[in-house]
Amino acid sequence: MNMMASGLVPLNLTVNGAPVGRMVAPRTTLADFLRTELELTATHVGCEMGACGACLVLLDGAPVHSCLVFAVQLEGAQVETVEGLVARGAIAGLQSAFHERNALQCGFCTPGMLVNAHALLERGGVPDRAEIRDALSGNYCRCTGYEAIVDAIEAAARAAQGSGR
Amino acid sequence: MNAPAAFDRPRHTADAPAPGVHVGRPLPRPNAKRLLAGRGAYVTDLKLPRMLHAAFLRSPFAHARITRIDVEAARAAPGVALVATGEDLARLCAPWVGTLDHFKGMKSPPQMPLPLDRVTWCGQAVVAIVAESRAAAEDAAELVEVDYEELPVLADLDTALAADAPRIAPDFSDNICFRSVVETGDVDAVFASAAHVVDAQMTFGRHTGVTLEPRALIADYDASEHSLTVHHGTQTPFQFQDLYARHYGIPESRVRVIAPDVGGSFGVKLHVYNEDMAVIGLSMLAGRPVKFVADRLEAFVSDIHARDHRVKARAALDADGRLLAIQAEDETGIGSFSTYPRTSAVEGNQVIRLIGAPYRMEAYRGDLKVVFQNKTQTSQYRAVGHPIACAVTEHLMDRAAARIGLDPFAIRARNLIPDDAYPCESATGYKFEKLSHEGCLAKLRTLMDYDRLRADQAALRPRGIHRGIGIAAFVEITNPSPAFYGIGGARISAQDGAVVKITPSGEVRCLISVTEQGQGTETIIGQIVADYLGVSRDIVRVITGDTQVTPHGGATWACRGAGIGGETALQAAKKLKANVLAVASAILQARPEALDLVDGQVVDKAGGAVRISLAEVARITYFRSDTLPPGTDAQLTVAHHYAPRGYPFAFTNGVHGCHVEVDAETGLVKILKHFVVEDCGRVINPLLVEEQVRGGVVQGLGAAFFEECRYSDTGQLVNGSLADYLVPMSCEMPDIVIDHMETPTRDTELGAKGCGEAGTAAASAAALNAVNDALAPFDALLTQIPMTPARILRALGTF
Repeated sequence: MNMMASGLVPLNLTVNGAPVGRMVAPRTTLADFLRTELELTATHVGCEMGACGACLVLLDGAPVHSCLVFAVQLEGAQVETVEGLVARGAIAGLQSAFHERNALQCGFCTPGMLVNAHALLERGGVPDRAEIRDALSGNYCRCTGYEAIVDAIEAAARAAQGSGR
Repeated sequence: MNAPAAFDRPRHTADAPAPGVHVGRPLPRPNAKRLLAGRGAYVTDLKLPRMLHAAFLRSPFAHARITRIDVEAARAAPGVALVATGEDLARLCAPWVGTLDHFKGMKSPPQMPLPLDRVTWCGQAVVAIVAESRAAAEDAAELVEVDYEELPVLADLDTALAADAPRIAPDFSDNICFRSVVETGDVDAVFASAAHVVDAQMTFGRHTGVTLEPRALIADYDASEHSLTVHHGTQTPFQFQDLYARHYGIPESRVRVIAPDVGGSFGVKLHVYNEDMAVIGLSMLAGRPVKFVADRLEAFVSDIHARDHRVKARAALDADGRLLAIQAEDETGIGSFSTYPRTSAVEGNQVIRLIGAPYRMEAYRGDLKVVFQNKTQTSQYRAVGHPIACAVTEHLMDRAAARIGLDPFAIRARNLIPDDAYPCESATGYKFEKLSHEGCLAKLRTLMDYDRLRADQAALRPRGIHRGIGIAAFVEITNPSPAFYGIGGARISAQDGAVVKITPSGEVRCLISVTEQGQGTETIIGQIVADYLGVSRDIVRVITGDTQVTPHGGATWACRGAGIGGETALQAAKKLKANVLAVASAILQARPEALDLVDGQVVDKAGGAVRISLAEVARITYFRSDTLPPGTDAQLTVAHHYAPRGYPFAFTNGVHGCHVEVDAETGLVKILKHFVVEDCGRVINPLLVEEQVRGGVVQGLGAAFFEECRYSDTGQLVNGSLADYLVPMSCEMPDIVIDHMETPTRDTELGAKGCGEAGTAAASAAALNAVNDALAPFDALLTQIPMTPARILRALGTF
């Protein structure tokens, strides 16, 4: 790693399909890098200790807590945030199911929920309610009571199944 | 029970709702699409040019004298723009005192943004550091030196109430913030002659709101205009406009508070916090925008906490199980200050006034002591006082049922205020317009298939499976009138305002003072405006949360959004419709009474033939007013304000059922299902009501099983993080079955009451009763929440 005199480190990675090059401080978390440096503010920070799930993003396709990863660890990595998932239409089914079922209230946890739900549905099949609840066990929502979220994910899984995905 | 005297009620006959093209339907929220697209704009997401970031150095002690502060090294640290102490901010900001005039004898020490010479809780902000980034500010905070001399700590109620206790403030004669007694009938005589008396000592843990978005604000003071703009994650922007103006001496008209998307509030985000007040001064000192976002650890030590009650209660019943009287003493710890401007006494006050509320009885005494401690302030959080009052009442009812040999449903059916008894008054003086306890109880029995659950319970017990069923009825306070805060001298509005206008394209904009935190305010206001104006919901845009744009109003607290905000919007929409028809009649040379507005078209009332579109009326009004007949009064913008004038509160009611399975070996509880039947009056949008109720239930179940702010003897919060403080997660929560009764209030044309606290009000009470029901074969009894596994095992005598 080429530490510059400024204390900043060069970083090159792919975010939402586009190459990104920046100089970053080693202590910058991926969450702060996305939110502050790239202004991708859909990724939210709720606890900064990996407990609430509001900051989940996809790192090389798998959901990770962006508050627990340092940006400088990600040289060459592929990161995808909710902005990217929305732009390429990957979560249109989930968005529509969440909307229909009112599976969000304040919406602050929603991006993390969508990332996690997307990863769950990518496994294929229709998970049962207990599996969905288990998969969401690291996503804190204070508003909804979770039931609507479980309903929406189940509905999105069924719809995806029906459409032959 | 006496029927109340005649109330000041508006006169109208509209019991029956309007057509209801949109009102009453489960429509999804238009604004949710933006949040689902990752386009939410919370204060935490906002960035202003030249913006600085604040961090606070906090007290490591719960009670200590500050003997020295040295900020020189911090001032010289990289990126630091400013370091401020209590004295720096005291020069700008007038202190505040969290009392209300109508709470006789209430006291609280004055508060400053940062303390001058003494800290009174662990985590209190002491020094503010403002820097180019939050990280730089935190780095510099480590360079600040503060010397403390530790003082005795008031860590628990008994210490604080002892005659020789050190005082929370040097000039106070004791540590009691507020004392109140409510008394009806001859309580002692009733108890002396009652066939049955049951009693309970109950403890309710401190917990906190844990909004997923922590508190956040950006203050932007502009000296050139002596103006202040605050982007604030709050539910009550007008209240803060008033407070920032008065305490910092800025004309109210030059203070703008903008509450954009808010990541949860639940009462947490309507209180004045020291850091938030400090940030206004920091922006004035820095001459630049200053942002403060509490991190999660800061949220735990500085957001308001809630509950923290110790209640001794007893109930007297006759031989047939009829409730005769309740007597309750509530001691509640509130921290070192009463919060401003709503105070920390409202919760306890509501506890002693809501105990027994669903039931008939002839005598009642409630005795409240609100007690200072060296802890974080407690104050209003979702369902203020309700869960405590409900748990006390419903626990006593179950105890009485067990004593007398009645089923929990039977004892409630025998004692609930009958549905034909209204209007009437509670034993504590609350005036009820119309509630539906009997209807709700009957519905719940069917909804939960009670008899089958009981049969299953009996069949499973021999196999060592211990299931329990808990029932809890509640009364909820919604739509508070000016009698709530206004008469106490707090500048908190009980009225709300709406401005509704037709745009030149024939669309509709509604600016309204009630605010949105995700519960769906904008959606229901849009539904109401669409129906009562006569347009499609799609063309109505609702705008909330900006004091410079929307008319003044109380905004969203105490479940007033639908009942008060909705009625405001309804009346504004009707006014606007009349104006539209007046202009249309001038254009069409028709009588306005012969016209109607339906789905955006002016039509003949008789026959429904389309005469002219709303868009055309708007085009002519705005761009070709020369073609209107002389004297046409073309007012396509109207304003309307409304405050409750009938009953002081629109009380709602309902009943919860909780079904649990307790593992007697581990003390772990599985919540199998939770049931709610609630009556919030006219339902504007069942989809939103049900999710409000479910969310509320989960907050109540959190209190019942998980959430507790735990303190050490020295006043240290020992579980102030989301790893240590347990919140309900999806895997622990059950499916929640909901049904409704609908008893519209006649005080408004809309008929809506509130629903936001119905879930929280009774969930923990139902859960407590369910666990005790499950443990009945063991003769174990819990009277404390949260019901942690350790406490359950202690009740079982195995731990």
